Amino acid sequence: MIDVKHLSKSFGDHLVLDDISEHIYPGEKVVVIGPSGSGKSTFLRCLNLLETPTKGTITFEGTDITDPNVKIDQVRRQMGMVFQHFNLFPNMTIRKNITLAPVRTGLMKQEEADEAAIALLKRVGLEEKADAYPAQLSGGQKQRIAIVRALAMQPKVMLFDEPTSALDPEMVGEVLDVMKELAREGMTMVVVTHEMGFAREVGSRVLFMDGGHILEQNTPKEFFDHPQHARTQLFLSKVL
Amino acid sequence: MGLLLANLTNAWLSFEAGFYKAFISGGRWKLYLSGVLTTVEVTILALLMGVVLGVLVAVVRTAHDQQRPNSRNLLLGVLNFLCKIYTTVIRGTPMIVQMLIMGSVIFASSRNFTFIGTIALGINSGAYVAEIVRGGLMAVDIGQSEAGRSLGLNYIDTMRFIIIPQAFKNILPALGNEFITLFKDTALITTIGGKELLYAAKAVGAKTYSVMFPLLGAAFIYLVLVMILTWLQNKLERRLRQSDRR
Repeated sequence: MIDVKHLSKSFGDHLVLDDISEHIYPGEKVVVIGPSGSGKSTFLRCLNLLETPTKGTITFEGTDITDPNVKIDQVRRQMGMVFQHFNLFPNMTIRKNITLAPVRTGLMKQEEADEAAIALLKRVGLEEKADAYPAQLSGGQKQRIAIVRALAMQPKVMLFDEPTSALDPEMVGEVLDVMKELAREGMTMVVVTHEMGFAREVGSRVLFMDGGHILEQNTPKEFFDHPQHARTQLFLSKVL
Repeated sequence: MGLLLANLTNAWLSFEAGFYKAFISGGRWKLYLSGVLTTVEVTILALLMGVVLGVLVAVVRTAHDQQRPNSRNLLLGVLNFLCKIYTTVIRGTPMIVQMLIMGSVIFASSRNFTFIGTIALGINSGAYVAEIVRGGLMAVDIGQSEAGRSLGLNYIDTMRFIIIPQAFKNILPALGNEFITLFKDTALITTIGGKELLYAAKAVGAKTYSVMFPLLGAAFIYLVLVMILTWLQNKLERRLRQSDRR
């Protein structure tokens, strides 16, 4: 579904991603973990070109999206993204946050989008917040809305960039629950996270990144029970 | 005691006479009124021009600075360069010099002084508004445009629905100050013969051989109008802040 070949990214002289090749298959739940500064967020942000790769190609469903002539907006419509800091639009109601993109991109008419928004809000138990503004919500509620907003575009893959890292501990669960349900429904997901429990329970594959490389990858069970690389063992000994 | 009273009475009488001569006699208040109307008209026109110019320049400059590194647009580069020249020249020369150049050099043959003055003011204001708006656009959290773009919205929609409304709220105090400056700068049109409030005051002063009352009166009218503008500005800011409330 997403094919990454020889991806490198540097900011100035600083090489953040060093020649990464990886493939993400439909229906997979790929969990990316690693220490901070390892390049995992940059890797994720390259997948929908929020960061422009310095070298290498990324192919999404047969389209080379690193080609400057490709219509990147069209590609991004099929890839939902959830951010660490939610990035809800504070100048709009929740309803408008969710319906803006589907309506403006021509995916739905306003009435359809409104209906879809309510249906999605019901799924995450927040339908009474439709007319609230983001500032009136808790962090966990904001992140659930952010997930719903991405889903409203009916994406084929969802990218999560540390979706629970900015949350109070008691709100992490409600967001993870939504993500777990999404996983059960078969959504293809790439999740950068520090939630090892989530990685173990939901992930179909775990990638461990350090220093701009994917050092090790495996099924969650093998990865957590028998880490191969010394760096992985050290990391896991600190976080588990 | 009696002398003091007589002096006070005299002072009052001469004040009354001066006031009457400056504002009432011969229906002179009508001159001020039409002057004020012109001033307000000029302000609104120049303001519209300034905002349109300013937003255009700011969007070009921001779009240029936020391009993806591997796909630089040549046209945008040229536009950005022109915008830079514009803001540098306008902000680097005195308003009154620009006014005189517009009135006596560029449009030397035209007699429509008020209109020329308005254009000069609009062009001047645009440069300042551009920098204010640009600052406002840059100050909106980068995550906002990333969120918009990641949903598949294009650059223009992201700007229009997400970034500009938020920037607008943040720059409102600075814009308000710019508008008040613009309003007061309309008095400069007098130097090229535009017929606004100060022109009326000076005309009355010349006619009655006494400038004190007309000038003080004009100052008072400017002050009252600025106070009204400030009040309106505060009200608008409070309304726009509604979505921040918990």
